Amino acid sequence: MNPTTFFIFTTLLKIVGIVFVVILPMVSYAVYAERKVSALIQDRLGPNRVGPAGLFQPIADAMKFVLKEDFTPAHVNKFYYWLAPCLAMVPAITTVAVVPFGSTLFGVPMVIADINVGVLFVFAIASLGVYGIVIGGWASNSKYPFLGGLRSTSQMISYELSLGLAVIPIFLLIGNLRLTEVVHYQINHGWLIVPFAGDWRNPLGWLLAVPMWISFAVFAIAVFAETNRLPFDLPEAETELVGGYHTEYSSMKFALFFLGEYAAMITGSAIIVTLFLGGWHFPGIPDGSHGWIFGLINIFVFFAKIAVLLFVFIWVRFTLPRFRYDQLMRLGWVFFFEIALVNIFWAAAILTFFDR
Amino acid sequence: MSINVARPKLTWSERLYLPAIAAGMAITLRHFKNMLFRRTKVTMEYPEEKWDSQLPEHYRGAPALVKDESGRIRCVACQLCEFICPPRAIKIEPGEIPAQDRFSKVEKYPREFDIDMIRCIFCGMCEEVCPEQAIFLRKDYAITGLTRAEMVHDKEKLLEIGGVMHGVVLKWNEKK
Ligand code: SF4
Ligand code: SF4
Repeated sequence: MNPTTFFIFTTLLKIVGIVFVVILPMVSYAVYAERKVSALIQDRLGPNRVGPAGLFQPIADAMKFVLKEDFTPAHVNKFYYWLAPCLAMVPAITTVAVVPFGSTLFGVPMVIADINVGVLFVFAIASLGVYGIVIGGWASNSKYPFLGGLRSTSQMISYELSLGLAVIPIFLLIGNLRLTEVVHYQINHGWLIVPFAGDWRNPLGWLLAVPMWISFAVFAIAVFAETNRLPFDLPEAETELVGGYHTEYSSMKFALFFLGEYAAMITGSAIIVTLFLGGWHFPGIPDGSHGWIFGLINIFVFFAKIAVLLFVFIWVRFTLPRFRYDQLMRLGWVFFFEIALVNIFWAAAILTFFDR
Repeated sequence: MSINVARPKLTWSERLYLPAIAAGMAITLRHFKNMLFRRTKVTMEYPEEKWDSQLPEHYRGAPALVKDESGRIRCVACQLCEFICPPRAIKIEPGEIPAQDRFSKVEKYPREFDIDMIRCIFCGMCEEVCPEQAIFLRKDYAITGLTRAEMVHDKEKLLEIGGVMHGVVLKWNEKK
C-alpha cells in the first residue's frame, strides 16, 4: 500500500472510529450521566427502569426521538429552520479533528488532522456553533427563540474574547500552535496546570503556575459560557424563555440541538484536557511506541480525563443558579476580559526575564 | 410611600463570590456521595414499594358499595349520592324489591350502579350523604384501565372493592 492510500485509509478509519464509536455514544451517555448525576445531587434516583441501573435509557430516548412526529410549524423560514440543527451539531464534532486523542497506535498517530494552526482551527470552527443557535432562533419566527438567539450571539461573542486571550500565555510558553506539540511539551515539562512538576527547583515553573491557573480558570469558565451550560445558559433559560432557541423544534431536529450541546461540552473538555491537563499523558504510562496496549491506554486516559471534566460540568450545572443577563455581560467584559489581558502581559514578562 | 430596604453589606469574601461557589459545590458533592453510597434514602420506588400501610385512616380512595354482615347490599337506591356527586360520576338504575321478599319494606334496590372513575374526584360527598351507610371511600388509589369502558365500575366491581362493612347501623334488620 503506498503512503497516500495508507494515509487516507487510516484517516477515514480514525474519523469513523472517533466520531461514531467514541464521540456519539459518549454524547448519548453524557445525557444519561447528566440525568443520573443531577438526580443523585438532588437526592433522587434518576433513570433506573430501562436495563440495569437505567443504562439503556439513551437507546430508549433515541428511539423516542426517531419515532416522534417531525413537525415544522407553518410560520417558520423552512430552509434556515432545517439548517440550524445541523449547524449546531457539526462544528462541535468537527473540532475533534485536530485534538490528539492518543499517542500512536501501530505507529499511526492518534489525531485525525495534525495541522499546524491547531488551536486557531478550534476557535474558528467552535465559533461557528453560534450560527446554529442564532439561525435557529431567527428562523423559528417566534419571540422566545428570537430572544434566545440574540442572547446567545452576544454571550458567545463576549466570551470568545476571553477564551482566545486565555490561551495566549500557553502559546507564548510553547511557541507552537500545533496541539500535538502542546501535549509533547507537557509530557516533557509537566502538565500546564502544574508547570512546576518535574523540575521542582526551577523558579520559572513556580512563577508560571499563577498565570497558568488564571488561564485555566478563565478558559474553563469561558468554555462553560460557550457551550451554554449553567450558570451561563441564558440562550435557553427555560424559566424565562420557555425553551430558548429550540422552543419551536421537535423530534430529531430538537435532538440535534440537544446532542450538539453535549458534543460541544465534550469537545470543550477535550480542548481543556489537551491544553492544560496533559492530553493523553498520564505520569508513568509510556506512549504507544512501546506497544499497542499502551497506545490504547493513552486513548483511554484521554477520554477518562474528558469524563471527569464532564462530571464537573454537570456538577456545576446543578449547583449554581443562572446569572442575570447584565451580570453575565459584566462578568465577561469587565472581569474576564481584563484578567485574561493582564495575564498575557504577566506571562510574557515572566518569560522574558527568566530563562527556560 | 417608598420603603427602603437596607441591603446587607457584603464582606470582601462574599463579594469575591468564589468561596460561596466552593461551599455550594461541596454541598452538592456531599449529597451526590451520600446518594451514591445509598446513605440517604428519600424516594420510594413506587410500584415495588408502596405507601399503603401508612395511608391515614381518613384516606379517600375509590368509592365502593358495601354489604352488611348478612351479605345484603346496603344501598336502597335513594339516589342521593347520584344527586350530590359534583362531577356526576354516579349513575343508578333503581329496581323494586318484590313484595314477598323479607326486606320488601326497603322497596328499592339498585339494579345498576355505575361509578365512572374517570369523572370521580374522590371528594367523599357520596359517603357523607348516604343515609344507609352503603357507600364508602376505600383506600384503593391505583385505578387504571386501557379503555374508558374499563374505567366505569359497575355494581359487581363496586361490591368487590367494598366488601363487607362491620359495625355500622343495621336499621333494616332491627325494624324487620
Ligand atoms: S367521591 Fe365524590 S366524585 Fe366520587 S363518586 Fe362520590 S360523590 Fe362522586
Ligand atoms: S345514597 Fe347510599 S343508599 Fe342512596 S343510592 Fe347512594 S349508595 Fe344507595
